This record gives sequence, C-alpha cells and structure tokens, in this order.
Amino acid sequence: MLREYKRDNFFDEMLDESGQVRPHYQRFCSLFESLGSDEFAEKRHSIDMAFLRQGITFNVYGDSQGAERIFPFDLVPRVIPAKEWELLERGLIQRITALNLFLRDVYHEQKIVKDGVIPAFYILSGKHFRREFVGFNVPKDIYIHVCGTDLIRGSDGAYMVLEDNARCPSGVSYVLENRRAMKRSFPDMFERIGVRPVDQYPQELLKMLQYIAPADVPNPTIVLLTPGAYNSAYFEHTYLARQMGIEIVEGRDLVVTDSRVFMRTTKGLQPVHVIYRRIDDDFLDPTVFRRDSMLGVPGLVHAYRAGHVSLANSIGTGIADDKVMYYFVPRMIKYYLQQEPIIPNVPTYLASEEADRKYILENLASLVVKAANESGGYGMLMGPKAGAEEIEVFRQRIQADPRNYIAQPMICLSRHPTHVEGEAFEGRHIDLRPYIICGEKTTVAPGGLTRVALRPGSLVVNSSQGGGSKDTWVLYGDE
Amino acid sequence: MLSRVANCLYWMSRYIERAENVARIVDVNLQLLLDLRNLDDERLAEHWMPIVQSTGDEEAFLKLHKKATGQAVTEFLVFQPDNANSIVSSICQARENARMVRDQISIEFWEELNRAYLFVRSPEARKVWRQSPSEFFQQIKSASLHLLGIGYATILRNEGWWFSQVGKYLERADKTSRILDVRYQDLPERGAPESISQTESLGWSAILRSCSAWDAFKSIRGAEVHPRFVAEFLLFNEDFPRSARFCVSELNTALRHISGVASGRFCNEAEKLAGRLEAELQFSTVEEIFEQGLHNYLDQFQRKLNAIGEAAFNAYIFQDFDAESGELLIQQEEQQQQQA
Repeated sequence: MLREYKRDNFFDEMLDESGQVRPHYQRFCSLFESLGSDEFAEKRHSIDMAFLRQGITFNVYGDSQGAERIFPFDLVPRVIPAKEWELLERGLIQRITALNLFLRDVYHEQKIVKDGVIPAFYILSGKHFRREFVGFNVPKDIYIHVCGTDLIRGSDGAYMVLEDNARCPSGVSYVLENRRAMKRSFPDMFERIGVRPVDQYPQELLKMLQYIAPADVPNPTIVLLTPGAYNSAYFEHTYLARQMGIEIVEGRDLVVTDSRVFMRTTKGLQPVHVIYRRIDDDFLDPTVFRRDSMLGVPGLVHAYRAGHVSLANSIGTGIADDKVMYYFVPRMIKYYLQQEPIIPNVPTYLASEEADRKYILENLASLVVKAANESGGYGMLMGPKAGAEEIEVFRQRIQADPRNYIAQPMICLSRHPTHVEGEAFEGRHIDLRPYIICGEKTTVAPGGLTRVALRPGSLVVNSSQGGGSKDTWVLYGDE
Repeated sequence: MLSRVANCLYWMSRYIERAENVARIVDVNLQLLLDLRNLDDERLAEHWMPIVQSTGDEEAFLKLHKKATGQAVTEFLVFQPDNANSIVSSICQARENARMVRDQISIEFWEELNRAYLFVRSPEARKVWRQSPSEFFQQIKSASLHLLGIGYATILRNEGWWFSQVGKYLERADKTSRILDVRYQDLPERGAPESISQTESLGWSAILRSCSAWDAFKSIRGAEVHPRFVAEFLLFNEDFPRSARFCVSELNTALRHISGVASGRFCNEAEKLAGRLEAELQFSTVEEIFEQGLHNYLDQFQRKLNAIGEAAFNAYIFQDFDAESGELLIQQEEQQQQQA
C-alpha cells in the first residue's frame, strides 16, 4: 500500500533522499505490503471503535455537555533505530540533569547568575519563578520528576529540542494505549520486527514516587491529584492511577491539619505522603497562590514546607520551561556538566535583547514567535502563514512586553507516511515527545508520543488543533 | 476508601438501577394501553399521570408539559435532559460517576456502561425508539442486567462494592414500592377491595410485569391477580429479588459488610434503621397493610428508605460533593493547563 507514497521535497522518516526505504523501516514495509487495503481499513475502524468503547477520549473545552473525542490515531508507526535512540536517550538525560541542577541553583545560591551566565533579570521576571521557595530544600534535590521534552527534526534530519515541558506534561497514557491497540491489531509484526516495550512506565513512575517520600515514612501513601473529571487529561489521570494502584484524588478529598495532609475516607482521615499532582502551582493552595482556586488544598504548601508531604513535580519548575530560559539550556549544560549539548536547541532570538529584537521585528513574516509561558500551541505566531494583521498584533505585543517573547526560524518538521482519506498515504509533519522520569535513576521510556499534524501542510501537532498520534517503535537493533 | 469515591459508586449503581426501573414502568404501561378501549385525553391523563408520580417527578413534569399525554410522558421519562431521572439522564449520570471511579470497576463493566451511554446519546437510540419502544426498553433493561452480571463476575468485593450494593438496593426497593403504588386510585383508602374488574386486573398484572414478577408470582400464587396478593408478593416475598423485603435484607447485609458489625447489632443510624425496617417487613402481614391503606404504607416505606440513605451519607460520606461543584469549579478544571 505504501508503494505509491512520495517523499516530495521534505526530510522523510521512511524514505531517504533517493526514495529508498531506510534500513530501519524495511522490515515494517515488507510486512505492511502484505496487508490488503480492506484489511487495513478494518483494523483502523476496529481500533477507533475500541478507543471510543473504552472511553479513551479527551474532552473538548467549552462543551460541558461532554463532547468527547478520540485522539485521532494513525496506524503507520514511527520507527527509530537503536543507535539513534541511544543518542536521544543520552541527550535527554543530559538535559534534565542540567535542568534539575539549574533549579537547585536558582532556588539556592544562584551561582549561574553570579557567574554571569544568565542575567538575573530573566530569572526574577519569570512568571513561574517562585521566590517564596528560595532556600527551600526539595526531597532528594529533584525538582523535575517527570518531563516531556518535545523533539523535532528539521530538513536535514538532525534532532533538536523544541521545548521542555517541566510542569505537567501529558500524553503518556496515549503512548501506552496506542501500543496496546497496535499489539492487538498487528501481533505478528511485533514478533518479527523486535520493538522495545513501553509498558514499564507506570512502574517506573511509582518507583520514583516512592523514592521521594518523606524519609521517616516506611510505607508511604501515594496519590495522584487531578483537577477533576472535566479536565482534558482526566482519562490519563485515572489511567495512570489505576496502573500504579494508587488513589486518584481531587483537592476536596484532601485536608491539612497540623501541617500534615490527609484524605477523607469512609473510615475517617488517612495520611498522605506523596502527591503526584497534575494541577499547576497557581492552583495548588488557595492560601498561598491563587485565592480563587477551588482545585487546591488549603495548607498544602505549609505541609510541603514542613517536609511531611512530597510533591512531583516540585513547586517552581515552571521557570525551567519558560521559553526564555530555554534559550539558556545549552549554556546550563556547559556550566553545570562541562559538556557540549548532545541535542541542540532550535536557534532562538530573545525579544528583550536589543539586537535580537530588531532582527525579530524586521523578519516577523519569516519567523515563529512564541509567548514565553504558553503551551499547547497557544499564543503563537507562525510568520510565514500569518496575515499582515496578525503580524501587526504580534509586533505590538512584542514591543509592549519583550520579556515575554522569543522567536525562532520556521522549522520544516520531518514528515512521515500517514493514512489519509481514500485509503492513500501522504507525508504529514511530526514531532516526538519522549517521557523522562527522574528518581533514583533517570529513565526515558523507549520512544514516546509521536504527534502528527493531520491537516495537509500543517506544522501544528497539538491535539487541540487537528493533531493526531502514532505509535513510536524503538527497535532492539538498527534495522 | 475515599468518601467521594464511595459516594460515586453508590450513585453509579443507583442510576443504573433507576434507568432500568423507569424503562420497566414505561414499557409495561405502553403495552397496557393496547388492551384498553375508548381512550380520550382524560382517560390517557388518568393513565399516565400516576406513572410520572411513581418516579417522584410530578412537579418537574408539569413545568415542562401541560398535559400528561402518552407522548409527553414517555418523552419526559425516556429522553428529557431536563429531567434528572429520565432514562437517558440516569445513564449519563451513572457513566459520569463511573468515570470518576474508573479504578474501582472492571474494564468489562466500564465498557458496557460506556456502550449504553454511547447508545442512548446516538441517533440510533431515537431510531430504535421510533420503530419499537419495546425494543428500546429491552436494550436499556438488558444493558442494566448485563452490568449486574458483569459486576457479579468481575468486581472485587471490597468496601466500594458494598457501597454500590447499598445504592442499588435502596433504589430498587424504592422503585418497586412506587410501581406497586401506581394503581392506588383504584383502591379504597383503607382496606382491600373484595373483587376487582377485568380492566383493573390487567392493571395489576402490568404491575407484576413491570417488576419481572409475572412468572414468579404465578408459580407461587396461581393466575388469580388480586391487589392483596400482588402487594404481599412485591412487599414480603423472601426470595424474589425485586421484592421490598429482599432488597432491604440485601441492603442491610451490604451496610454490615461496610462496618463489619454483625446483624442484630448496629454501630450507626443507617444500620439501626435498616435493621428495623427489615424486621418490620419480616413480621408484618398484608392485612395490616391494607388496614392502614396501601398508599399510606408505601409512602412511609419510601420515607424510611430516604432516611436510611441520609443516615448512610452522614456515617460515611460527611461532605456533600455535588453542592460545591459550581460553574467556577468546572471552569477551573477545564482550564487547568496540561502540557499537551
């Protein structure tokens, strides 16, 4: 079925420049060849139905009548050879190690500022910098426990880091569910191709959560704190809690007395020691952060400071994924680890540096502009695709608040054969979000979530904006 | 177990049971109409209004509809989203509760409930309804009965299970008593009628069929249908799984599994009231009931069930989880950024 597929003039994951199938896709292609298009359509339909039946859906906002959609899933897997993955794994571990050292440093001595590597202004003006936590020691010195770094490949095929999601990265449940669906539909392929499993993720996550428990608790009680059933990632929250065998709680299930956290149970109050929280700092505790928060737990921060409860991720990690701070990550790696970055950044311009700002404003039509603290594809200008009016809006925003903007050249993401209407396959742009867990050891789940922009020509892979996903196969070997 | 989770499990099974019972009530009454002659609006209203009353939603109904025509009543009880107790609303709420306690129920249970949910919200549901209401009710009943079976075969018998049993049997006892009360206008205020007409007899048979009790009743009582026998069977039969006595006995068992307190003793108000009600059902006769009037008795019975429900809430849940969830909460839940 893939015989008609054309790479056009893009970096293609499956075909090389001469149109030949790359070695690590060859086994997949020959097995896929033998599949009839009817059979393929049937498998596709049955996977979609299974997702719907199992309620593997995300909520569409602004529709509390409960419009739920399945996250579109494309059956053609993305394949990564062992050698390539090994490099990525090293690069990701290097990066999160540096980020954790950076967070430990900015919340303590701030040596990196004193040594002139990062201007103090950028840290102090960071929206997510929590000055209340300067001098506070987090358990085991780990700030980012779970990280979902976004990787992309440009037109030469080189991997780059697009952003570090160091607060509440989501999507890992799709990695696990996509794999289950693929295994059910193509059992023989897995046997013959040799794909590394991903299902140890929940155990790794649980191990990490146990590791960071307060030291004096022999059998810590661990819970996952969700914003609630109306959150887009609620499915993921219940999924992970179930896989780990821990309680999923909402803020209203928890109370703090005597700077200890308890959950309300049918048998009275029971102590809680570790919270894997999936709500932002701002909403954690209405007595400390946003007062109008109905999702948080009054007194939680106090209990955290007293060391009676551990949080993953720690409070204040948001400064590390401020997009301005992203600019400095390669310098952090050099500064803390004395190493060269294994995976480079995308070239980035800071709007608050005068020379950069001048360049940005002169080249808005060819750049991608991003707000420093947004994610999910919001607050973004895609210069080459934007109209004059939109560009003008961003010009004014940048001039009004340069600290809050960065710009990058438009990267033409690599493409991957993807099923489209009419039983055909066309190239669609993709990225990759691996999930890194930082506990006693730092581990990266093999592969991660490959997100795909399903609209032709689109470079936006976010699920809220027409994106879908693919299973990601990391091979045991190189072909 | 988290109190909120116990609360969700309780409501999940309560709503499933509710959907099933409303389907039973409407189905049997639609069929009953086929046996009646000379139907004018007034007769129709006479027929349908007690059914709206049996679900306890008369006020809500009158707000939405002027007249109790068959179409208005069935729409109200089956599809109406503004009626929190319509079949569709009940299934949606059961599913919403289940979604919050996904970790407490089995995959099979969840998928079946989700399937029922997707069905009632699909255009297919309306289509089935238009072609054959009876087929539609069959599907609702069978979804609920499937869930029952799946639950028995796949769900851990932990505390949560017993909370769901409490919800189920409270609801079933309540609905059985309301179904039994549907024909109360045919009865004298006190005492039982000597004999009844053929039309009335059809009405009382319909009551039995509403509760899937027709065959069981016949096997014990023979084919003669008299209000006294019907009431006796649906209230006091020890072995029929939808009788009031059976339900209260199961309810009592479930409460005792939660607390671990042996029967004959109690450690909270819910257990005290449930034990007392079970004894009352064990040691009463149908003659006594008709003496004080069946309608009267059933009214009190429903109040007692409500009191047990409230007492169980006070003993284990403490906090009203629904009252707090206003628009703002939902808004914040939605807006909470997940880096996706």
